[in-house]
Amino acid sequence: MFRTDYRLEIKKRDWLLVVRLFGEIDHHSAVYMREELDKLILKERPRRLVLDLSCIEFMDSAGLGLLMGRLRLMHDIGGVMALTRPNERIMKILRLAGMERFMEIDGEGAKGDR
Amino acid sequence: MDMKAEKRFRDEINQMELVLPAISVNEGMARAAVAAFCAQLSPDTTELADIKCAVSEAVTNCIVHAYKHKKGNFYITVSLYSDKTVRIAILDKGCGIPDVRRAREPLFTTDSAGERSGMGFTVMENFMDRLTVTSRAGKGTLVVLTKRLGRLATEE
Repeated sequence: MFRTDYRLEIKKRDWLLVVRLFGEIDHHSAVYMREELDKLILKERPRRLVLDLSCIEFMDSAGLGLLMGRLRLMHDIGGVMALTRPNERIMKILRLAGMERFMEIDGEGAKGDR
Repeated sequence: MDMKAEKRFRDEINQMELVLPAISVNEGMARAAVAAFCAQLSPDTTELADIKCAVSEAVTNCIVHAYKHKKGNFYITVSLYSDKTVRIAILDKGCGIPDVRRAREPLFTTDSAGERSGMGFTVMENFMDRLTVTSRAGKGTLVVLTKRLGRLATEE
């Protein structure tokens, strides 16, 4: 039970890629999530990537690094990235880091998931 | 409330000590154990989430920075006080921090290749009431996090 379990659920439509993340994001799991997300991004090359955080129960500053890194990669391939449905606790750390200045949070992302 | 009165109400009611190897799987273990122990002060979900996050940051620092992924242990002491204060001390015997003030600045990181946000100490500071960092080069670092729980409930 103490191994950090994580899982990705992927939905794709045209240029839009929606990835729902499951589990806890800490320094331990971020390494694996980073690898999988990058593989996926480089394979699909979406114009818009939406990360659905609704099933993330815990996230610390390693998650901030993970999100900023994927944002950078999306910019590198000429796309944009947004976050959708973070819970209150996760929103608190996103806000602390000023993430809403760098990426859209919720709004359009929620539409993409429908 | 003067200091004397405050002291009187701050009897230690319980304590837990935890020693774990500085490997990343133990991050989840450490924060879960600390949260479970703190649960006896009946924190609300936000307080518990704040504590978990702060502990996770401190433990990451032990693994990544203090021991630089080499062998070593980190030592956690959690003390619970009668006024619903939680004190969490996280000690390592790693390399130490040469400039604590600089390390505590938001976005400061010594490891830019590792996709670090440099927000560890900032998270600890913001999610807890108080953070103290004591470090000696070559000896190790002691991080002490304190938080008083149930603030809203008792003060209203």
